[in-house]
Amino acid sequence: MNVSLFATCLVDMVQSNIGKNTVELLERLGCTVSFPKGQTCCGQPAYNSGYVKASKETMKNTIQVFEDAEVIVCPSGSCAYMLKEYVHIFKDEPLWHEKAQRIADKTYELTQFIVDVLKIENVGAKLNGTATYHPSCHMTRLLKVQKAPLTLLQHVEGLELLEMPLKENCCGFGGTFSIKMGQISEQMVDEKIASAEQIAVHYLIGADAGCLMNIGGRIDRKNIDIKTMHIAEILNSR
Amino acid sequence: MAMKISQQKFNERLSSNLENDFMRGAVAGAQHRFQTRRSAAVDSLNWEEWRNHGEEIRQHVLENLDYYLYELSINVEARGGHVFFAQTAEEATEYISTIAKQKSAKKIVKAKSMVTEEINLNSHLEQLGCEVIETDLGEYILQLDDHDPPSHIVTPALHKNKDQIREVFEQKIGYTASSQPEELALHARKVLREHYLTADIGITGCNFAVAETGSVCLVTNEGNADLVTALPKTQISVMGMERLVPTFEEMEVLVGMLTRSAVGQKLTSYITVLTGIKEALEVDGPEEFHLVIVDNGRSSILGGEFQSILQCIRCAACINTCPVYRHVGGHTYGSIYSGPIGAVLSPLLGGYDDYKELPYASTLCGACTDVCPVKIPLHQLLHKHREVIVEREGRAPISESLLMQAFGMGTSSQSIYKLGTKVASTVMKPFTKNEKITNGPGPLKNWTAYRDFPSLQKERFRDWFEQHNKGGNPK
Ligand code: SF4
Repeated sequence: MNVSLFATCLVDMVQSNIGKNTVELLERLGCTVSFPKGQTCCGQPAYNSGYVKASKETMKNTIQVFEDAEVIVCPSGSCAYMLKEYVHIFKDEPLWHEKAQRIADKTYELTQFIVDVLKIENVGAKLNGTATYHPSCHMTRLLKVQKAPLTLLQHVEGLELLEMPLKENCCGFGGTFSIKMGQISEQMVDEKIASAEQIAVHYLIGADAGCLMNIGGRIDRKNIDIKTMHIAEILNSR
Repeated sequence: MAMKISQQKFNERLSSNLENDFMRGAVAGAQHRFQTRRSAAVDSLNWEEWRNHGEEIRQHVLENLDYYLYELSINVEARGGHVFFAQTAEEATEYISTIAKQKSAKKIVKAKSMVTEEINLNSHLEQLGCEVIETDLGEYILQLDDHDPPSHIVTPALHKNKDQIREVFEQKIGYTASSQPEELALHARKVLREHYLTADIGITGCNFAVAETGSVCLVTNEGNADLVTALPKTQISVMGMERLVPTFEEMEVLVGMLTRSAVGQKLTSYITVLTGIKEALEVDGPEEFHLVIVDNGRSSILGGEFQSILQCIRCAACINTCPVYRHVGGHTYGSIYSGPIGAVLSPLLGGYDDYKELPYASTLCGACTDVCPVKIPLHQLLHKHREVIVEREGRAPISESLLMQAFGMGTSSQSIYKLGTKVASTVMKPFTKNEKITNGPGPLKNWTAYRDFPSLQKERFRDWFEQHNKGGNPK
């Protein structure tokens, strides 16, 4: 299957590892991956802060870049959801609305794509250790992808999955929230890390670069012995 | 107490509440209890179907509000009651004050009502010389504690633990027993009994008014609303103008959703329904009944992009699940309406001058939207506020607007983006140590105040991909 990768701006600029693992994983599963070069960002940072007009230009760029894609796969639940939200955001602009609908119909978050479209539950990954999965908010509640990541993780050889307390609670990232409301964000991320420490795991796994950067950044600051990993990195471990 | 509960700035309130370990412990414990009970009560039902039904009822009422308000008024009057429609808080308090004066009221007992807090009713009545007594246990505690403001719409004293409550009772009502909740409640009950019997007027809020019959429905676990409506000769109910249902059939559905969402009960211990004045053969009930319907800004929400917030049945499920409220507590919001419902409603009723920070005190995680029994898209309304603040009110800080405009330019133009991302890693180099940025410039400063930031990679993903596609990357 021909997959157009929407890597997201964070992966492109800061967390390229996630992108590399996503590409290798998809290729290993038999896909041909392309990276449309015009892509930038889904528009969320400005959109969520209330700058709807400024972000619409970004969204239009994304729509155009992916117009001809067969399927769009994105290693972030939040950004994948955003691409689907374009339909709602452009509801009053008929031309863009129609284009947005076509984009939405062929957009998948990475694990959703593997389980629902490729129909694969075991990607043949191996990794020894204990891990917990942080169900990030937009992926779980808005995109409603809940089972796919767990299904894939359960098949990783050597990996023992444990549930952390308060797992549904937001990690405190929230895009610009983490900067604007840093004090509150700090409390939230600390509670998240404390939950993971309580079950003493080696890895905290997520499917969103933003949340992982928040949790991982705080873990680094506090020198805690838990490694944050994106699910693509886990699924590409052998 | 008016809706606004603090003169401090948002950041001051935030800092002092974050330091309040007692409050934070109490809130985390309460969230856990409420969430567990709520899940147990709704998980066995086809809750999504209930929610659709609840939403439908509330939307139908809002779409036909004028019709149902008219029907309600006719039916209240047909049963001997009086209806007063107050456009503002002042009109409402003035009307009620006039009744108190007419009755030469010395003592007034009240059942819990957020709308009377919103219109600052108690202090108006106290200025007249009336003794006003809150009979809901939580409200009573706060009243005794020198009018400490409520921090939660269902359990207003949620921020206090039992030892703090014992201290208040000791100081104010001669309490001498332990911190056991049962003993505390028993004592309050004894003191309050006396007040019901000697009160001249009873004042309640209104969970739901029933248009078809002119009834007022009150939901409590303590039965205090029952006594407030049964004993005093004059009774006044105050309702927000949107709090009504067409018939008992819809009331039954919504009461069941309210009690499940609020406290995880199929029904509370008391559901009090008051219809008109005492009739010839009845043994209790008021001789005079007034229904005060309060607008106070609600009609300007109607018909606009925030209309759905008027669907709210004040169950507090959104508050009980909110991960921000969990840490900051109710008083940080600066409004009697806290949590997600408060962050949407307070700026609408009280204006952005006082409440412009509230829509930003959310990660837009959507947990509130998920639990709302009447399907109010709370996180979308919070986002809508941000859009209004930035684009219509022009209240965003200039530094942020410039940044966001740059973002818009940088991410809508492919060539600027590519150049920008390439330059970025060079610019960030001086701030990078051991692959981490611990003290970043500009907007990163607030990030690195609390966390490290990964260094921007020398090789962007897109550069790696290009090599990879040429077959150039080592595996
Ligand atoms: S907004 Fe919804 S969840 Fe929150 S108090 Fe109102 S009805 Fe309950």
